[in-house]
Amino acid sequence: MTALRPDLAVIACHVAPGSRVLDVGCGEGELMDVLRSDSGCDARGMEIDPVLVERCVAKGLSVVQGDADRDLAEYPDKAFDYAILSQTLQTAARPDRMLDELLRVGRRAFVSFPNFAHWRTRAALMFGGRMPVTRSIPVSWYETQNIHHVTVKDFRDLVRAKGVTVEQEWFFAGDRQIGSASANLRAEYAVFEVSR
Amino acid sequence: MAPTIASHAITLPDPLPLDSGQVLEGVQIAYETYGELAADKGNAILLCHALTGDQYVASPHPITGKPGWWERMVGPGKPIDTSRYQVICANVIGSCMGSTGPASDAADGKPYAMRFPVITIRDMVRGLVGLLDVLGIERLHAVVGGSMGGMQALSLAANWPQRAERVLAIASTSRHSAQNIAFHELGRQAIMADPNWQGGDYYGSDAAPDAGLAVARMAAHITYLSEDGLTDKFGRNLQDRPDGSKGAKSFGFDADFQVESYLRYQGSGFTQRFDANSYLYITRAMDYFDLAEEHGGRLADAFTGSSARFCLVSFDSDWLYPTAESRHVVHALNAAGAAVSFVELSAPFGHDSFLLEVPALDRVIKGFIE
Repeated sequence: MTALRPDLAVIACHVAPGSRVLDVGCGEGELMDVLRSDSGCDARGMEIDPVLVERCVAKGLSVVQGDADRDLAEYPDKAFDYAILSQTLQTAARPDRMLDELLRVGRRAFVSFPNFAHWRTRAALMFGGRMPVTRSIPVSWYETQNIHHVTVKDFRDLVRAKGVTVEQEWFFAGDRQIGSASANLRAEYAVFEVSR
Repeated sequence: MAPTIASHAITLPDPLPLDSGQVLEGVQIAYETYGELAADKGNAILLCHALTGDQYVASPHPITGKPGWWERMVGPGKPIDTSRYQVICANVIGSCMGSTGPASDAADGKPYAMRFPVITIRDMVRGLVGLLDVLGIERLHAVVGGSMGGMQALSLAANWPQRAERVLAIASTSRHSAQNIAFHELGRQAIMADPNWQGGDYYGSDAAPDAGLAVARMAAHITYLSEDGLTDKFGRNLQDRPDGSKGAKSFGFDADFQVESYLRYQGSGFTQRFDANSYLYITRAMDYFDLAEEHGGRLADAFTGSSARFCLVSFDSDWLYPTAESRHVVHALNAAGAAVSFVELSAPFGHDSFLLEVPALDRVIKGFIE
């Protein structure tokens, strides 16, 4: 098995064994697979792309094809110990409402996203004058699924405004974990564990 | 290696109580098995057939000689692998391929005809569970069904929650919509309007309501296809004449269009293998089906006792049981905390997609069952 993406790996080792987990936007189910086999979690997934859902089902994972913006509403309150949203917040129609929904269906949530304030992104916009295409934001503006670019500072503002508590946070540059000092400039992506 | 084919019928040892309050005595269930049952009987998969299906899922049909209806899915090395699992497929009660139905003899030695009690999907499943009891199969590895077969799979999960570890419902629903009921009523009226129907007492007479049954089948068949599928296959193409000359408008009511000819063929072929009264009874059972109603009006409550894993599959071109119907079930299963997978597959064949070549379906079924 290939190694998990660093943000998923950090989530995988902070989910308590045996938890009930909902992975929103679970892709091919890499994280669910690890949570199930290594931590004995009851992992469920939601994914919008039917091809990816099919791959998950073929692995024996419980994944529902659905649109997180709409279908999270169908889950009961606190049905899960953790709701996980990895690299999907920036594709949500309303990231603020998505955060509310995550913390409604889960007691805690992990949220990871590419940080638009990373120095490479800033440089690309400043010197290139065009929407940046970088290794953490690799797709051109016209075909990207990211409709709400977000920065570490923006996310902190959002959770503060919502009265959401940040339990833990991790920052990455490439595959390397970095400290929180000037993370808004140095981090390519961020992972937050939040609760209400 | 050819699959093991067993041709069997059993008589249920106990009377079968029905949702209507009536009781059927001496119920016979005809079934086929494929593959070997493990010593611990833990590898059995119950396959539930659709409205006009039967137990011949992976072996030739004894009347038509055509291959089994899910030959592509069931067999050694196939997605439902009979070298690992024993597949059991039974003819539902009310049908006409060996299980007790309106054509069967009642206690007085004459066919039941319309004296046969009205049955429900849950009654059919009661019959299937009775069969499992006789076979000594306590817990199924999986129950699998498409269309009406999916209704049976969901009904089994709701009413006998400990009997199956996995529940797979394809192109199915938890209830019949007004439109579903309307199409079935059209078919029933076509049968009952045929003078040869004779109030259902046509058994033993030399005339059966074949014309009415053929119309019922033609109407239903349209609902199994998609507009795009029909257009691709037939368009407005004209049918060549029996003498081989090019098709032309006849300015009459022959089957000028290929699609007309196709439907007539489907209709007449159907009358050779299916009983008109069975069609009435089984469509009625489907129309009555409403799993939420059976459980106090809340569908999630139907599944609260289940520890099974569920998988639902819909097809984007199916307008008979559209994706929204499957989603409705998925939401209820989520609310009940059940482990559920759901995927809407893209296929051009409408409702019939579950019977046809859709490779993604093969992968989903194989992945879910194993």
